[in-house]
Amino acid sequence: MKLLIKGGRVIDPSQPIDQISDLLIEDGRVKSIGESLRDDGASVIDANGLVVSPGFIDLHVHLREPGEEYKETIASGAAAAAAGGFTSICAMPNTKPVNDNASVTRFIIDKAREANLARVYPVGAITRESKGEELAEMAEMKAAGAVAVSDDGRPVMNSQVMRHAMEYARDHGLIVVDHCQDLHLAAGGVMNEGRNSTLLGLKGMSGAAEELHVARDLRLAELTGARVHIAHISTAGSVEMVRRAKREGLAVTCEVTPHHLALTDAAVLGFDTNTKMSPPLRSEEDRVALIEAARDGTIDAIATDHAPHHLDEKMFEYDRAPFGVVGLETALGVALMVLYHSGSIPLARIIEMMTFGPARAFSLPGGTLTKGASADITVFDPDREWTVDPKKFKSKSRNTPFAGTRLRGSVVSTLVAGRAVFSV
Amino acid sequence: MPFTRKDLLGIRELSVEEITTILDTAGSFKEVSARAIKKVPALRGKTVINLFFEASTRTRTSFEIAAKRLSADAVNISASTSSVSKGESLIDTAQNLQAMAPDAIVIRHPSPGVPHQLSKMVSASIINGGDGAHEHPTQALLDAFTIREHKGRICGLQVAIVGDIMHSRVARSNVHLLTKLGAHVRIAGPRTLVPLGYQSIISSCEGSLTVCDHIDGAITGSDVVMMLRIQRERMTDAFFPSLKEYSSQYGLTLRRLELAASDCIVMHPGPINRGIEISSEVVDSARSLILDQVTNGVAVRMAILFLLIGTEAQ
Repeated sequence: MKLLIKGGRVIDPSQPIDQISDLLIEDGRVKSIGESLRDDGASVIDANGLVVSPGFIDLHVHLREPGEEYKETIASGAAAAAAGGFTSICAMPNTKPVNDNASVTRFIIDKAREANLARVYPVGAITRESKGEELAEMAEMKAAGAVAVSDDGRPVMNSQVMRHAMEYARDHGLIVVDHCQDLHLAAGGVMNEGRNSTLLGLKGMSGAAEELHVARDLRLAELTGARVHIAHISTAGSVEMVRRAKREGLAVTCEVTPHHLALTDAAVLGFDTNTKMSPPLRSEEDRVALIEAARDGTIDAIATDHAPHHLDEKMFEYDRAPFGVVGLETALGVALMVLYHSGSIPLARIIEMMTFGPARAFSLPGGTLTKGASADITVFDPDREWTVDPKKFKSKSRNTPFAGTRLRGSVVSTLVAGRAVFSV
Repeated sequence: MPFTRKDLLGIRELSVEEITTILDTAGSFKEVSARAIKKVPALRGKTVINLFFEASTRTRTSFEIAAKRLSADAVNISASTSSVSKGESLIDTAQNLQAMAPDAIVIRHPSPGVPHQLSKMVSASIINGGDGAHEHPTQALLDAFTIREHKGRICGLQVAIVGDIMHSRVARSNVHLLTKLGAHVRIAGPRTLVPLGYQSIISSCEGSLTVCDHIDGAITGSDVVMMLRIQRERMTDAFFPSLKEYSSQYGLTLRRLELAASDCIVMHPGPINRGIEISSEVVDSARSLILDQVTNGVAVRMAILFLLIGTEAQ
């Protein structure tokens, strides 16, 4: 089995490569990259005018299975991922039941294997039922295939528990992923605290609620030597702390979502519940700081925090609607629109945050086109304009703040181990 | 100036001209309530639904009387927010209402934005009767009407608003309205109950908005003092230590009122807590316009209903 991707702009920040080249795949692996490769016996993909990159990796998705299959299943989520150019996604543990033991971890892996689309890496819980009290069986989950631990959405409030979690996770080579939020300070909040929350009379969540936990986690990481990953970082203060910690050599990484790069809390002014997520859309000052952090390398990964909810659930009052938006199928278009077309961040740097950056942060395979690597590849058109129509999503849910938005950049083909899992 | 809006959702989006139109129209309706036969046929054949998801006596009754004095049919629906726990979403509420073909729906709801969400789903005119801590436009309009009636103007007045600013839709709507009309508004309350950066909520206007450190600074020299109701549950949420201390620090007494202008008027959107945010002596003094506010509420709501759904107005 040979496949030749011909004449594309091959960008692989892991090597780094950025040149017009052919890329030859044999038996599901990258065979060679070069000019005018011979195509004897190979099927050919014409990538003229397109970008050929390592398959995108999303460190942060919610697949809702087991337990809330009406919102998303592992199969529908993996299909949405493939449509968005993602060849690997990390599934957060806040399912029903919580992924806090090896049985659930194995269930997710089995379901993902059946779906046979994007690769799915389970993230286990930090504590049993994500209650923040007793440690979950991390070593057994790791043995079953979990790549990291997180109590995403229900952050560990007890600092002693968090310290123990970091110490224990370190022993087992697990990354500790934290949704940083002081739940007391943010209690009852449904949007960012600021002028817009005051105008709307909606309860705000101060950026300080995130920053307190970022500060705590950085200090605990230093104390324990654990590898800590800050999920969906959203404030200027948080990125500044991470920037400083990295400069001091701490093993910390962080991710940002496309929606935090593109939107601010002004989007809430029309009370559209698809602008409600946690962490909330922040101020313009924060957004600008996030873009700068993406440019200067403080941010390791663009992660979607894909959080499907059924239309019926999002049709409630703003303060009663659930938090979260889907993101897999708009991530590339939004990231390119904000950072590349309207911004000035080089394409290679953006691709790094979607490939090699996340692979390195979680020590995942993939994110590279080096010879012999599994042929997880995304081919995309960086310039094609399109309008977001949620009805066309592969995801079971439609809760996007970008409905009707004109984006630039779309996926043409997604390959996992040399096999097309999505093509237009 | 004709009033062309479908809905009255808030003060923030209204122009000075629209506000003035409402106040002037209310002036011409006030006389109706003083007649022996308190009824005009302006809205005959129109249906107004009062949909209240929160307890309310004053506002609901005021809207009901306003509708009836205009000969509209008024229906009251006291819904509890438990329709949510029953599984009824906003869209179902909207569709059920739409099916009854009302001309106007007055809605009060504890969640900010519900009138805005509903307005996109139904063709009837939506009137915001108070949405959470967001806006209470008809209250602000009746307050402005009352001030104008007694002071002859709003532009240039010093107005103090004191109390739980954070949770007050009355404060927000009044801040927008009064500053648009050129008043200088001073806010005071425990810092725990004043949102950070509150002074930034107004857009460019003739008036101004200042946050004061203490009630005395806010009321000194004021032409109008507006007191807000303090809710007991704020105490248990650690916003302030006790009602006793709140009363001594932020309560309006005759003595404190001496700091204000000699012809200062006192207002309160009700219901009042006598002896807590306002002393009985102040409530019952000649300076208190609390009952005038209630009287004017009917005229202002008549004007709003007429401007939104009156055929002559359209």
